[in-house]
Amino acid sequence: MEEVRGGAEGLAKSGSEVAARPINLKGRSRPGETIIQALLFLAGIVSIFTTIGIVVVLAVESWLFFGSPEVTFANFFGSTVWQPRLEQFGIWALVAATLTTSFVAMLVAIPLGMGAALYLSEYANPKLRQTLKPILEVLAGVPTVVYGYFAISFITPIVRNIFGTDRIPSVYNMLSPGLVMGIMILPIIASMSEDALSAVPRSLREGSYGLGATRLETAIRVVLPAALSGIIAAIMVGISRAIGETMIVALAAGASPNFTFNPFLAAETMTGYIARISGGDVGYGSLDYTSIFAVGLVLFVITLTLNIIANRIVARFREVYE
Amino acid sequence: MSAEQFIPKRPTETAGDTPEDLYDIVPDGALPQGEAMQKQIAGRRTVGSIGRRAFYSSLIIGIIALLALLYNLVNSMNGLVAREFSVAEERLAGPGNRIEDLDEATLLSLLGDNLSASQERRIARSFGLNSLDELDQVQLVEAVRVNVMKEKVVASWNMTPSLFNRSGIEQQVAEKYPDAKLEWNWWLTPRFLVVPMSSSPELAGIRTAILGSLYMILMTMLMAIPIGVGAAIYLEEYADRNTWYNRIIQTNINNLAGVPSIVYGILGLAIFVQALGYWTSGQAFGFTDNQGNGRTLISAALTITLLILPLIIINAQEAIRAVPNSLRQASYGLGATKWQTVWNQVLPVAFPGILTGTILAMSRAIGESAPLILVGASTFIITDPSGPFSKFTALPIQIFNWTARPQAEFRHIAAAASIVLLILLLSLNSLAIWLRNRYRRSI
Repeated sequence: MEEVRGGAEGLAKSGSEVAARPINLKGRSRPGETIIQALLFLAGIVSIFTTIGIVVVLAVESWLFFGSPEVTFANFFGSTVWQPRLEQFGIWALVAATLTTSFVAMLVAIPLGMGAALYLSEYANPKLRQTLKPILEVLAGVPTVVYGYFAISFITPIVRNIFGTDRIPSVYNMLSPGLVMGIMILPIIASMSEDALSAVPRSLREGSYGLGATRLETAIRVVLPAALSGIIAAIMVGISRAIGETMIVALAAGASPNFTFNPFLAAETMTGYIARISGGDVGYGSLDYTSIFAVGLVLFVITLTLNIIANRIVARFREVYE
Repeated sequence: MSAEQFIPKRPTETAGDTPEDLYDIVPDGALPQGEAMQKQIAGRRTVGSIGRRAFYSSLIIGIIALLALLYNLVNSMNGLVAREFSVAEERLAGPGNRIEDLDEATLLSLLGDNLSASQERRIARSFGLNSLDELDQVQLVEAVRVNVMKEKVVASWNMTPSLFNRSGIEQQVAEKYPDAKLEWNWWLTPRFLVVPMSSSPELAGIRTAILGSLYMILMTMLMAIPIGVGAAIYLEEYADRNTWYNRIIQTNINNLAGVPSIVYGILGLAIFVQALGYWTSGQAFGFTDNQGNGRTLISAALTITLLILPLIIINAQEAIRAVPNSLRQASYGLGATKWQTVWNQVLPVAFPGILTGTILAMSRAIGESAPLILVGASTFIITDPSGPFSKFTALPIQIFNWTARPQAEFRHIAAAASIVLLILLLSLNSLAIWLRNRYRRSI
């Protein structure tokens, strides 16, 4: 017993010795950890600086552009003639071309993209889906300059054959790049919409089938409305891609600003103008140089607005199913 | 069972509790019964199958478009060409002989007899070599044809007409270019890959363009991967989602992903080429070759880095988010610090996902051309890029430039360069898919 008690005492003693030098469980300051965290934070705010950089650069150079005596606000936003040589800077000439090519593109991309998404999500069996989706991904991965080549060397001759060279007088027209842009955007809309459609719970479909609806009726009247926010966001992203697309229109839409909504005619888009001016020998600080920033600012505001709306729609109107 | 049918109404504020308020009562016979119902169902099924076919065909149209694009490239990549020569083949090779059958010594002496020493050096350089002696027989044949026989392509055809309308083409050539020689020509050859730019399409290659693209991608990745993955780690592992600045960073990244690439080009032009021109031209480091002009490889790489950062961050975030929390908790439980947990547990598990996202971002970066036009990729560069401060060209820029030219021969080499670019991208994407599948199985 003595020995046992002694053992216990010994234990207690050593315990109190430990207690005399308690381990500090509060965080030791670790300079290494702090430095790493600071570096990671710096990496995180590079994107903030990018945005600030874009806004400041566009604003400052546009300020210089509007500050030059040849340019007025009224002319920029009120005129439909873009002729820098004649001191005419009517942005609507470029905006009209951008809208026309984007409209043609969306006319192709929305129905085809939605159709492809509905087929993949509602009809295709998993095996077929696994073969078809990568093909769409390849389509999405083709560089835009290759699409531009496709537009000018393949689609343009075809549309000129179909509609006749008297109606499409020039090699350059807005129809051909618009169609090709539609093909380019198709996989973006298809893949985003397919994600939205797949997120609709199976029970909704089962309920609809149970009430006797066909597959098509279920897809159109039940699944589509439930996934609408995701689909609208996909369309918004598609439109913003069409407006910002450069190489296809630079190669196939022509290089002369022209205020028209007729897709059979040639006209230069905002992006096409920026690419053409900056590709040539342009003097820094010249009116040509600052004008690309003013056009870029308009382009940036339009696409940013579309993207913010798309993000809002996704965040706010997403139907959450348990 | 009553023949009346009850269709529930949407509840409204004014509604009472009587059956008329709660249901639309469909009178007897308003909904089809019996045979009429069968007919209605058959009709709906027909509409259904039409719908299915319509959806299916939109998918097929996409695939046809892809096939048409590929066919169009292959179609332009080879075909018949008509060549004219100032010096007839017989005069050099002897009657009945073909220039291709001569041996190297004869070819060398032909070149030596007809060209000056400086011309010989220039030819050797166009093959990327120092002296004509290093050329092999095929290269010598080409050198003789171009420089001694003064070969010139006078007309070219795509693959399909060359295959199916050869007699028509032969007739055409006989009428228009009686001295021309009609031959099948592949525009995409191994030689095309290894020789630099030239102003004549038959001699032009994409060596400088490929090297420019590779250098640019290498520098881009060196900058983009650490920053992108670091930002993703910060946002997923360190950032408190409820703080205003962290929310702004996240929203900002999502919005940046949608900014058109040409806007990044404008940013690069104003900041990297203009404002920081002293550094990006290399002047600050004693490199004065381009007189303080910031239109260099490093400017392009910086611009493309900013362009693909959001992509890398978003992909890496998803990969990090997919790492199960239990791993982190076990690591903390063993006393690891935050960074030890991230470095030893989270990153190894998230690595395949991060890698896949990075490769996809890389293929986007290789195909990008609009920002490079703005930061000033030159189109005519015959010397290899020598470092971050050299002027450069890139594969997409070369394709753009050749496509924009009116002469048909340039269209052929634009197609050949496009095929090279597509093969490069396809192999990168396949690598990404392979990695994804390989690591998905092992976890």
